[in-house]
Formats: sequence, C-alpha cells, structure tokens
Amino acid sequence: MQADHQLATRVNAALPARTGVGLKPEHYREILDTQPDIGWFEVHPENYMGAGGPPHHYLERVRALYPLSLHGVGLSIGAAGPLSVDHLTRIKALIDRYDPGQFSEHLAWSTHDTTYLNDLLPLPYTRDTLDLVVDHVDEVQEYLRRRMLIENPSTYVQFSATDMSEIDFLEQIAERTGCGLLLDVNNVFVSANNHGFDPIAYIDQFPVHLIGEVHLAGHAMIDGGDDTSLLVDSHDRNVSDPVWALYTRLIQRSGPLPTLIEWDNDIPSWPVLEAEAHQADAIMTARRSNHGRLH
Amino acid sequence: MAASTETVRAVGALQKAFVEALLRPETPVPDGVSAATQAQRVKRFNVYRNNVHASLADAVAARFPVIERLVGEEFFRAMALVFVERYPPTSPILSQYGGTFPQFVDTFEPAQDLPYLPDVARLEWARNLAYHAADEVALEISVLGTIPPEDLDDIRLRLHPATQLIHSPFPIVSIWQTNTHDEEVRPIGTDHGAECALVTRPALDVLVTELPSLSASCIAALSAGDTLGTAVRDATTQSDAFDLATTLTLLFASGAVAEIIPPVPQPNERTTL
Amino acid sequence: MSNRTLGLALATAVGAAIAMSATANAQAPAGEKEKCFGISLAGKNDCAATGNNSCAGTSKIDHDKAAWKYVAKGTCTSTEVTLKDGSKRKGSLEPIKG
Repeated sequence: MQADHQLATRVNAALPARTGVGLKPEHYREILDTQPDIGWFEVHPENYMGAGGPPHHYLERVRALYPLSLHGVGLSIGAAGPLSVDHLTRIKALIDRYDPGQFSEHLAWSTHDTTYLNDLLPLPYTRDTLDLVVDHVDEVQEYLRRRMLIENPSTYVQFSATDMSEIDFLEQIAERTGCGLLLDVNNVFVSANNHGFDPIAYIDQFPVHLIGEVHLAGHAMIDGGDDTSLLVDSHDRNVSDPVWALYTRLIQRSGPLPTLIEWDNDIPSWPVLEAEAHQADAIMTARRSNHGRLH
Repeated sequence: MAASTETVRAVGALQKAFVEALLRPETPVPDGVSAATQAQRVKRFNVYRNNVHASLADAVAARFPVIERLVGEEFFRAMALVFVERYPPTSPILSQYGGTFPQFVDTFEPAQDLPYLPDVARLEWARNLAYHAADEVALEISVLGTIPPEDLDDIRLRLHPATQLIHSPFPIVSIWQTNTHDEEVRPIGTDHGAECALVTRPALDVLVTELPSLSASCIAALSAGDTLGTAVRDATTQSDAFDLATTLTLLFASGAVAEIIPPVPQPNERTTL
Repeated sequence: MSNRTLGLALATAVGAAIAMSATANAQAPAGEKEKCFGISLAGKNDCAATGNNSCAGTSKIDHDKAAWKYVAKGTCTSTEVTLKDGSKRKGSLEPIKG
C-alpha cells in the first residue's frame, strides 16, 4: 500500500481552465509515482460504487493531488420512468467523499423499468420530452444540492417526433433548471456526420456562457448503409483533426475551458494520453496569448 | 411545468419498444426511429444493439477470464451473449453484473460436458466481490499469542469482509491457478479431486488459497459464528487428520481474520450468541 | 476430548502456527508478506478498465449470435477431472445444432 501520500490535505475542488484526462486503472500507479502536470482527472462514479478495495484506494490518492470531475453514465436522466433514488444516494455519497469540481450526466437514457442497457440511448427532442428531462434535472439538483452539467450525446438514429433542435433543447433545460452544459465536441462531429448537419454552425450557435466542461475523444467510422458512412463515438484512438479544428474554433470564441480527453477502449500508455492533453492545453494557451495581443 | 402522465406513458412506450428491439435483434427497428432509408435505419439502430451487447458481454468476460480461457473466446462470447439477452443487468453498477452467471453456466446446455465450469465461475465471482469488499485491517497471527490460553476455547473469529469460501467437488483452485498464471496450462490429472478455495483481500491484491477440506469445514464453522473450541472439536470429530496449526496459519496468512472476539464472561453456564 | 485436553491442544497449535508464520515472514522480502507462504495466489490484471462503466460506444459487431458455433477451443481440453461417479471427463464440447 502506498501510505506516503498525504490524504489529509487535498487540492481545491474547482476544475481549472486546463485539460484533464479520464482516469483509468491502468494508469493509477504511474500517475501517483510521476505526478504529471495535468489539470484534473475525471471518473465515472459508477466505477467507484463498491464498498472498498483498489478503486477507492487509488482514487483517494489521485484526488489528494488533483481536482476531480464525476461524470455519470447511470442516472438515465432521459428515461420515462422515475430516477433511481438508490443511485442518487450513491452519487451523493461519492460527492460527499471526493468533493468533485463538477458532476455531469448525459442527455440520454440507459435504464428502462429495472433493465440497465449500459448504453447512452437517444430520445426525441419535443416539448413533452423536455418537460420530462427538466423534471429529472430538477430532482437531481435538489437531491444533490448542487448545479449539474448535461452533455450533448453522440446519436446514430433520429426520431420522426423530434421538432426541436438539440441546441434549443439543451438551452431550454439549462434555462428552466439552472443547470450548466457539457459540450462534447467529438459528439457534435459524430452526430453532424450521422445526421447531415453542419458541425461548425452547431459550435458557433452553442451557448458558450453555459459551458462548464468540454469533452474531446476519438471516433471510429463504419458502414452506415447505402454507401453512407457512420461515425461511432468509440473513445479508442486519438482525437481526429476535424475535431481539433472544431475545438480550436470553440475556444477562440469561448476562451479557455476545463477540457477532458476521454479514452475508454484500447487504452494507450500514459504518455499518449498526456500528449493529447498537452495538445488541448496548447490550443488554450494560444488563445490566451492571441487575446492578450488583441487587447 | 411537470411532465404530464400522457407524456410519461408515451415516452415509456417508445423506450419499451426500443429496449425490446435492442435485446432481440430479430425484432424490427421500432416505429418512430427515422433515417434516410430503411437500410440506413437498420444499420444505424444496430450501433445501439452492438453497444449494448458488446459492452455487456465484455463486462462478463472481464469478471470470468478463466471461464473464457477454458472454453475459448468464441464459445465464451456466444455463451455471454445468451446470458446478456436473458439476464440483462438490473443495476447501473457494471462491476456488480454477472453474479448469476455461474448459475446460468450450470444450466447452459452446450456447457454441460464441463461439469466443473460453474464452480470455477463461482470462484471468479468471489474474487470480484473480494476486490470491491469493504476495507479492513487483517489481523496478524501474533495477536493470537496475546489471548490467555484458557480463553482460546471460547474465542470467536470475525472474518474480514472480503473473505469467502468456495467448496467444490472439482479441483477449482488448480484449474484457476494454471489458467491464470501459466502461458500453457498444465494438464490437471485425475489425482486432483475436490478442492476448496479461500478467497481473501487483506490489502490491494485478491488472494486465492487452497484449503485442506477439514480446514475448510473448520473455517466455515468459524465463519458461521462457532467458537474456536466448537469448530475444532467438530473438525477433529470428522477426522483425526485435522491439523489446527496449519488451518490457523492459512487463515491468518491469507488475511482472512478481522477481529478476535473474546469470550463473554458468564457467571453460570456458557451460552452461545 | 475433554475441554482441558482441548485447551492444551489449542494452545499448542496456536504456538506452532505463530512459529510457522514467523519463520515464513523472516524468509519473505518486505512488502510481499501476503504472498510469502507460497500458498496464496494473486490474480493478474486486476487493475484493468475492461468491463467497467464507460460512455463510449463500440464499432465492433457483436449482436448477431447466429454467427457463433458452440465449439470449445479453450484450455478445457487439457483439464481432465474425475467426476463423483468415478468417470473421467475431459473438456471436449460437441457443437449443438442450429
């Protein structure tokens, strides 16, 4: 056991306007041993809901050194059914224990009745589904007594019932509940390709004042039928060039924001992740110096 | 404005159809899901089908790597996919998914020729539970030396929260061991009979220890709350071969003991808790 | 066995167990005590992220189980065990129809 880290003292909770990395068990030891220059780390709370063992052992030690963001995948905000109070209770316990700088969830659903599908499933964007999501976000924020962030999803299908744009839908959730937004730039690119909208226009229209966190990840391309290509949000490779371009465009407009590199499948060695993080940091640094020259 | 009952019902019906089509690939893509053409509707909906099936089968494979090695990747994948469709998770905590997989393997027709498979799966699941069990300091055996000898008969041991015993008529520890550690598995001969596994996690590593069967029954009795005297008497009654020193060494060395509960002073008769 | 005899046996066994453990500890390198008896085995790759919750999708095709055949090609073929009825079993699995 590594007892030499001072668990009693922790760095502040707030996520800095720098790049963070999704924390993977494969990198626990290297991160604690080398203490790399990374702004913050993010985990899925669902992976830390056991009573004890290595997950908590390492997360305590990482949290002592870095701010932390909790990014939920299991609340099923977009489900027709009620939120799981058990799950909310578990999230609350983790928030109390780890004092994260942000708690975020997806504009999606993953549970129906008692069945958990382990995927972020899409919902139609209508006045009715908006009411449903708003109810759930209100409930979460009241229960946790804090503001949460809602993320735009990668989607592969659409619904004939949809009569609102995704941005409009997200903006209304934020307006009615007071929550913030998490903008996943890769998800914008993936969905734009899959449904034929312009990702640049999406980035330009997104309400940047509501953004609490940005996500970046790699995607895969597969056959979408009828000679079309379909992009899948696979988090298994480097961030693609067009996504870096969209990110640069966003940061030019918004200024530096806490930005996460997500890599969940085919996990690379730590230096590969660190290099991705430094690339995003460089884009934010360039924005800072450009901005300085202009004023 | 709160969502109306009608909204909840309509969205619920859509999601129900979505789930049925996800779990049963032969079901058509649900109404209301749109894409440019019918071919594209199917291709695109299949991304969700893949995500659900692949990620859940991956989760099962992550908990049962020895079962996967025993039957091979292809057989395992097929078996895991049947499990996923019949018994999808009921909790969003993926590390808790797979607790019923050993029972499923037991009833899975194509696996019937490998009768030891369910017990090896139980051992792997016990390791998963131990990995996530509550943290507690495991006692050193030297603590026993501080107990007055006349009290030893009446002490009880509270086992560490990670501790589990897996009994099997098959050599599950040998099977687990060679399939976990050996590049090329060692053939397990017919001289290997029943084995009992003691699963513990005194610090960060989950440990698997093979127990002599008399030690196992003594530890099971201690785990059930018997005093050391009662547990030892019962094991000795089963066979004179019972070796208490070895049993205690294995128990403490594997970090299985969290607390020694001293005898409750009784003015009259001894009573059990 | 009388309680008095058992008490003596317990004390003797406890003494022997403590002595056995002390010898084994002395031979083990620091920090590896839990593995030093040669009896307890840790697993491999316990600290891996596979099978954990994630928000990523997959491009792997894995919903079509019709493509699979139940033919075990794993290590079970070298695992021969004796069943309760005394018969011996190796791990060959017959493919099922369909």
